[in-house]
Amino acid sequence: MSDAVVPHRIESSPQRARSNASWLKRVFDSDIFYSFRRSRMTMVAAAVTVLFFLLAIFASQLAVQNPFDPAQLQLMNSRISPLWTAEGQSPFLLGTDEQGRDVFSAILYGLRISLVVGVLGVIFAGTLGITLGLIAGYVGGAVDGLIMRIADVQLTFPAILIALLVNGVAKSVFNNRLDAVSTLAVLVVAIGLSFWVQYARTVRGSVMVEKNKDYVAAAQLIGLPAPKIMLRHVLPNTMGPILVIATINLALAIITEATLSFLGAGMPDTMPSLGTLIRIGNNYLFAGEWWIVAFPGIALAGLILSINLLGDWLRDALNPKLR
Amino acid sequence: MLAFTLRRAIQAIGVMIAVGVIAFSMFRFAGDPVNQIVSLDTPAAEREAVRKSLGLDDPVPVQFARYFANAAQFKFGVSYQFRQPVSNLLMERMPATLELAACATVLAMVFGILMGVYSALRRDTILTKFFQAVSLIGISLPTFLIGILLIYLFSVTLGWLPSFGRGDVVRIGWWTTGLLTLSGLKALIMPSITLGLFQMTLIMRLVRAEMLEVLRTDYIRFARARGLTTRAIHFGHALKNTLVPVITVAGLQFGSVIAFAIITETVFQWPGMGLLFVQAVQNVDIPIMAAYLLMVSLIFVTINLVVDILYTVVDPRLRSTIRRPA
Repeated sequence: MSDAVVPHRIESSPQRARSNASWLKRVFDSDIFYSFRRSRMTMVAAAVTVLFFLLAIFASQLAVQNPFDPAQLQLMNSRISPLWTAEGQSPFLLGTDEQGRDVFSAILYGLRISLVVGVLGVIFAGTLGITLGLIAGYVGGAVDGLIMRIADVQLTFPAILIALLVNGVAKSVFNNRLDAVSTLAVLVVAIGLSFWVQYARTVRGSVMVEKNKDYVAAAQLIGLPAPKIMLRHVLPNTMGPILVIATINLALAIITEATLSFLGAGMPDTMPSLGTLIRIGNNYLFAGEWWIVAFPGIALAGLILSINLLGDWLRDALNPKLR
Repeated sequence: MLAFTLRRAIQAIGVMIAVGVIAFSMFRFAGDPVNQIVSLDTPAAEREAVRKSLGLDDPVPVQFARYFANAAQFKFGVSYQFRQPVSNLLMERMPATLELAACATVLAMVFGILMGVYSALRRDTILTKFFQAVSLIGISLPTFLIGILLIYLFSVTLGWLPSFGRGDVVRIGWWTTGLLTLSGLKALIMPSITLGLFQMTLIMRLVRAEMLEVLRTDYIRFARARGLTTRAIHFGHALKNTLVPVITVAGLQFGSVIAFAIITETVFQWPGMGLLFVQAVQNVDIPIMAAYLLMVSLIFVTINLVVDILYTVVDPRLRSTIRRPA
């Protein structure tokens, strides 16, 4: 931007106050916010995504019962159809399942688990991929060759297959006796290990470009250690594409978790995610109890669709060629 | 050309050895194989005998060599849950998966290319918008939800199609096929659509993008100037040139179709390798998991190798860049 005129290098306090006040204005004036305002579809997608996150965060306040607590479930209330149908009963807005679990409450808690696994999985994959990508790009040579060869090989296998394998091995190592929380941790690791490649490749590509620029040479010249140059100076310049990958990966991670749970290799029935709820509900489809599977399915599809739309928009908005 | 082929082949063998190491370590170190075979109250001496008979007290490299030699002859050990040789189980299940994957791929190719060409030629019609909506759904909806939706529509509500299994199959040698009976064909419809939908959207987007690009080139403009019919230009010249990348992608995707069949087979209880693998993961049946990993990797690596080599045969431009020392 205006790097030509910088008369005072020392930041004085009134300047800082002004920069704080204009922070909001800067966001509103930015290119990205402009393209955000122009696309109605993106605004709807963002609103839906925020809504899903809020529902997950305030699940325990919004739910009529804790679906994980067997003491709160009553078999008397099993298989009630949704509220607006003839046999609907208050307070079960979306009906109940076989065990008398309120479908709406189960969705809220399931959403929370799906989002936690998805977000943690993306963070794990991102950290692993960015670290390996930085090292490969900055160090180069044999290290680079090794890391990228592993990435190449892994890229030929679909993520779901790797996630299933990691899951199966973990189960076998722990003798198939995992509690719900460690299952969640295993899922995060499985998802992280199946999605790191894209980050590593992208970061490596950007680092290869960045490391030949003058500012890196200058940093090396004043004797900064390599890790500091990588993290403080090179990494921030590669963040744009990383953000896009992370958004699209969040949708993929949620799909992967749901798929694993649906296949019976993910979250157990005692602590169900959306995928587990769909697997349970699928068993009652032929009995005509469609609501047990339909509403978790709609929630999952809506969540993934809105995150995907956000990711598509972000990719176009950050692409300088399309401006 | 020969050097390139050889280098790719050596790389492929390297990958297979790496996968073999992973499969072996799963088999050997993830849980004690002896525990899976004997019961809980087996005396220690008997356990040792089992250990010895399985060769588990040999040095690890010897065990690895033995595992590899056996795997090369398609001997993958005995399944913990079925007490049968894994290779028999896989051979029994393989025709079901391959038939499903082939059907899904053909479906995806035919409809993907048709929809892609249409939406590139008629960019603003309602049908194009509809195709784009379908492709968004194909990418956003998880496979198992699409399967459940189809089952609810066509099995539960309408009662037209069976919701599980392969229907009646005909045995030809060791191969079983569902393509020759009516119930077999009916059972194949929904699983193929479920499995092929994602591939179809991929091919549709690819064909559309390629067509739009090709239609802008000079030789198309020249063909117009020569007074060729629109049909001859679109299908004789434009489509032909988009097909090389499409066939490559479809070929490379065949491997992931087989892997994604895991999900489809679970939804429709399709008796293929994928369902076997999922049950193995649920029941921690390591020999089946390891064997499945090896088989699928072999299919993947072979397809990748063949596509790479075919590509250089089809596209002469690539050959010249390969010959030049990089």
